[in-house]
Amino acid sequence: MSIVKSVTCPICGCLCDDIELTVENNEVVKVKNGCAICESKFIGYRGEHRIKTPLMRKNGKLVPVSMNEAVHAAAEVLANSTYPILYGWSSTSSEAQRVGVELTEEVGGIMDNTAVVCHGPSILGVQEVGIPTCTLGQIRHRADLIIYWGCDPWSAHPRHLERYTSFTEGRFEKSEWKAYMQKLKAQAGQKKMQSAMRIESGRTQLRPQTCSIPGMPQTMSKDGRKLIVIDVRKTMSAEMADYYIQVEPNKDYELMQALRVLVRDGELDVDKVAGVPVEYLKQVADALVNCEFGVIFFGMGLTQTAGKFRNVEVAISLVRDLNMRTKFSIMPMRGHFNVTGANVVSAWQTGYPYGVDFSLGYPRYNPGETTCMDVLLREENDASLVIAADPGANFPKKAIENMVKHPLIVIDPHMNATSMLGDIVFPSAFVGIEVEGTAYRMDHVPLPLKKVVEPPKGILSDEEILTKILAQVKLIKSKKTAKKAEA
Amino acid sequence: MVEQKLKVTLLTGRTIEQGVGKEKGKASKEYFDACSMCYMDADDMKKLGVKNNTNILVSTPDGSVVLKAVKYPRSATPGLIYVPYGPWANAVCSDKTTSIGMPSFKGTPAEVEPAPNKQVLTIEELLKSEFGR
Amino acid sequence: MVELLIKNGFVFDPINGINGEKMDIAIKNGKIVEKVTRKAQLIDATGLTVMPGGVDIHTHIAGGEVNTGRIVRPEDHVKDVVSKTATTRSGTGYSIPSTFVTGYRYSKMGYTTVMNPSMAPLEAKHTHEELNDIPLLDKASYPLIGDWWFVLEYLRKGDLEGCARHVAWMMDITKGYAIKIVNPGGLESWGFGHNVHSIDDQVPNFCITPREIIVGLAKVNKMLNLPHSIHLHTNNLGLPGNYVTTLETMKALESVPYEGRPVGHITHLQFSSFGGDGWGNMKSAAEEISSYINAHNHMTFDMGQVIFTDTTTMTADGPFEFTLYQLSGHKWVNSDVETETSGGIIPFHYKKNNAVNATQWSIGLELALLIKDPWKMFMTTDHPNGGPFFAYPRILAWLMSKKAREATLKKCHKKAQKKSLLPSIDRELSLYELAIMTRAGQAKALGLKNKGHLGVGADADIAIYNINPETTDIARKYKSVRRAFKHAAYTIKDGQIVVKDGEVVGNVSGRTMWLDVQTAEPCRIDDEMRNKFKEYWTVEYDNYPVTDHYVKVKDPIIVKASV
Repeated sequence: MSIVKSVTCPICGCLCDDIELTVENNEVVKVKNGCAICESKFIGYRGEHRIKTPLMRKNGKLVPVSMNEAVHAAAEVLANSTYPILYGWSSTSSEAQRVGVELTEEVGGIMDNTAVVCHGPSILGVQEVGIPTCTLGQIRHRADLIIYWGCDPWSAHPRHLERYTSFTEGRFEKSEWKAYMQKLKAQAGQKKMQSAMRIESGRTQLRPQTCSIPGMPQTMSKDGRKLIVIDVRKTMSAEMADYYIQVEPNKDYELMQALRVLVRDGELDVDKVAGVPVEYLKQVADALVNCEFGVIFFGMGLTQTAGKFRNVEVAISLVRDLNMRTKFSIMPMRGHFNVTGANVVSAWQTGYPYGVDFSLGYPRYNPGETTCMDVLLREENDASLVIAADPGANFPKKAIENMVKHPLIVIDPHMNATSMLGDIVFPSAFVGIEVEGTAYRMDHVPLPLKKVVEPPKGILSDEEILTKILAQVKLIKSKKTAKKAEA
Repeated sequence: MVEQKLKVTLLTGRTIEQGVGKEKGKASKEYFDACSMCYMDADDMKKLGVKNNTNILVSTPDGSVVLKAVKYPRSATPGLIYVPYGPWANAVCSDKTTSIGMPSFKGTPAEVEPAPNKQVLTIEELLKSEFGR
Repeated sequence: MVELLIKNGFVFDPINGINGEKMDIAIKNGKIVEKVTRKAQLIDATGLTVMPGGVDIHTHIAGGEVNTGRIVRPEDHVKDVVSKTATTRSGTGYSIPSTFVTGYRYSKMGYTTVMNPSMAPLEAKHTHEELNDIPLLDKASYPLIGDWWFVLEYLRKGDLEGCARHVAWMMDITKGYAIKIVNPGGLESWGFGHNVHSIDDQVPNFCITPREIIVGLAKVNKMLNLPHSIHLHTNNLGLPGNYVTTLETMKALESVPYEGRPVGHITHLQFSSFGGDGWGNMKSAAEEISSYINAHNHMTFDMGQVIFTDTTTMTADGPFEFTLYQLSGHKWVNSDVETETSGGIIPFHYKKNNAVNATQWSIGLELALLIKDPWKMFMTTDHPNGGPFFAYPRILAWLMSKKAREATLKKCHKKAQKKSLLPSIDRELSLYELAIMTRAGQAKALGLKNKGHLGVGADADIAIYNINPETTDIARKYKSVRRAFKHAAYTIKDGQIVVKDGEVVGNVSGRTMWLDVQTAEPCRIDDEMRNKFKEYWTVEYDNYPVTDHYVKVKDPIIVKASV
């Protein structure tokens, strides 16, 4: 039995690197410090859903084949295609991503990562107006106002609050954990009182409010770090917040523009914006302007709703405005543990963060045209390679219908929705458990991923599989050129 | 009075159960339980006559899918339904990228009707029915 | 055994005092040797100029800041695309070229060694990952430690030895090459949106002044015997009237014993030599700065020359980028790094018809021409801040030709023309002086013993240019000389021909250099330190260092410290 400390968790953009694993007989048996998802991965990764050998679809069924046969078949598909999509990349190491860019360049395809369906619009927003941001430690040490907008860290980034924001001790700002626990106790008491009163008053129901602000109108006068959650529904994170603002669906843009007006000392001649009373918004604006260091974290609630990248652009613009008054940062809550790395690697090798088209021999980038979703919906693709992502489970139906019309190569440790649909399927080792590598945290801080156990016999890493395919593609192409030269 | 159909706004997104399930495996029971469901507002469920943990049919111009309706525990969200990310949500999501690469996963109009006699498909059945594989 | 013989070229090797003599250079196994066998491959350099490979002391080519610049500026790439060839990878160029293109373009100009001057220690792995993807060049990187909390705390306590041991450890775990200081104290202040405005301002919460940081780290640098001096971006950079701060900074460093080796390097001096007291009357202070420099020997400098083009400014000086944001309203990146530093990016178009921009252009050249000793002042643009590095040949033309300067000056804003000192300067630099400013001087200031010269034992990093110094009047024929510097006839890296006739023909990875500083007593990493680490950073101590995994071709340089 051995204990491995300081393991980086390969799940979400938090990249918590304080995980302690107990390893016994080449298996992780105990996980310390991790969240529920972390535990599920480190304990559950080796379960029955693991793919054990390379597979190829023959007579409509996936059957086991040798690694050699699969590599040859995959290379043939890619070398002979004219516009392949190489998609995914977000749950693998930057080392594998580097090989991925070279492979895509070699076959003249499209290199796209999962940002296209999560924070791609955020990148577009950033390309419009820039981004005032920082690493997460700055927030731990300095932020006295923390806003989560259109994201639910409790569900998607479970340790974000405890490691980086409200519930962490910084040099200049203290943890709100104790205060939160006290509030919970007090609320529990109140709930008992309320239910007693309800029983007394003959079960009359309280009417739900559109804007559920506790005890409105009230000033945002809480001491210490303030936590505000803005969302269309009361999430777990919203329940933990000091202040929760419920915005009507698809109206985040209006709400942010309204705040910009107030932050710039303008007047609003309406009573409500996006369902929130202007009187209350004024208090929010005051809190924004009067903090020492504020931060907005945002998620899919901005990027996937009406307005998409315009929502992000206006959120950043609000933060730009606020920097004229105080210090303010903004950060996207990146999902996959290395989707940031996928953007970073793609950018240093090509100049562009996602949706890169190599079909003309040089990198080209035009989201909406060169992004894989659009290529799939226009039915221009003639082959796909999917690695370290599961579009089968996460893309709209029509896109997948078109993906499976052409040869589909899948590289993944698990039998997921995409591997079930694949034509050539490579099992790969889990990076961060069975293979080492590098991942980039949501704030672009690079962290090493550890190898804590050996992969199953014969199972290669993403990087190794890609390198094999790349070598074979180069061989096929050089033979072709030689043939042409002969002729 | 009980209505036949309800017009709602469809949101999709993460839940922690979905996160736990996806790491366990996409074919796992945990993933199925976490993703083949739909959070609804308690009053909306009453309007449709749908009980907690019974099946509903969600339809959009892009498709329809049978899901298990679950009462949203934390706040009133009249007119909103919430389906965790996964193949079930994708069966009804809008693929419109508005020319920026991103489909419309949140805030699309949808209709909900009770479907007590229809089955929620497993991931294998769902993929088979949609893509023939 | 690869052998090469470069025959009959005009050799400019200032470190060895060779000024345009016709001679042969022999190469074996990547090094310059006395002689080679008859089997050696011949390069006929008759009528050509032979110099050591170019050395760039300050160019932002890799790491978090640079890459964020790439991400936010697709419009920068779309106008300059590079296709894949049989030998080279594809990419994009202009002000923030992709990694491969960076290597190719430097190499095409005859450069072989470049120093990446800005690396946040927390993000050092990123920098090294990118350096691995920059081919054809030897590289090194300077960690930003002027506002590092540990350094501030050691210096406040007056514990120079403790600080020195810490900096030694820092060089090792970041795989760094020199102490980089940017707007000392200002970056920590910027954590809450403030700045310092003189070298004697107090840094909030830390009870220390920029002066104490600069002088303290210069002393630490000396105790550690680091090959390069502290590498300093001054306070108040880019603001009118800042030359006073620059003079005070240089004077402050007089207190550090000189002992024949420079105690400080002020980088992109142009940005620190502004006179006036507002943008309306901003003017050159090149005269004040250069006359001080001509009278003192304790420091070296580089230009930070401005090029008239659309470029991208990026610096760890977050408050300065905020000033540019306030001035321009352009898209703005701020990127503060916990416990260590800050950073910012603003796209910037230097225009001839803008009085301030044109004055900046003039200041850079005035400084380079008024500072008499070329061993003190090196050519850079602070790429990409003053302009992209591939504009270097244009700067060389301005330096060697008054005619070239006049041609540009007459297109500049009238106000800038009137204020410019350039018409009063007749100096035209020789190829020998240019060789000092672009390789020999830079290598010497960096303490790179095997670079910047062509003596026996030196690295066989060589540039050959299509310039015949016997038949060419370079001041008059500056356009053809500019072309020659843009497309080297040959670039040789580690004894291999990598560029021929301005095209990349070979592939060499290039090494990453860093300092392995050996102190008598190593930095103690005890439990207290580990606990402090947990308090200061959001990553674990074990995951902070740059391990060997992150360096593709390793070239550690051992330094014996005096502590």
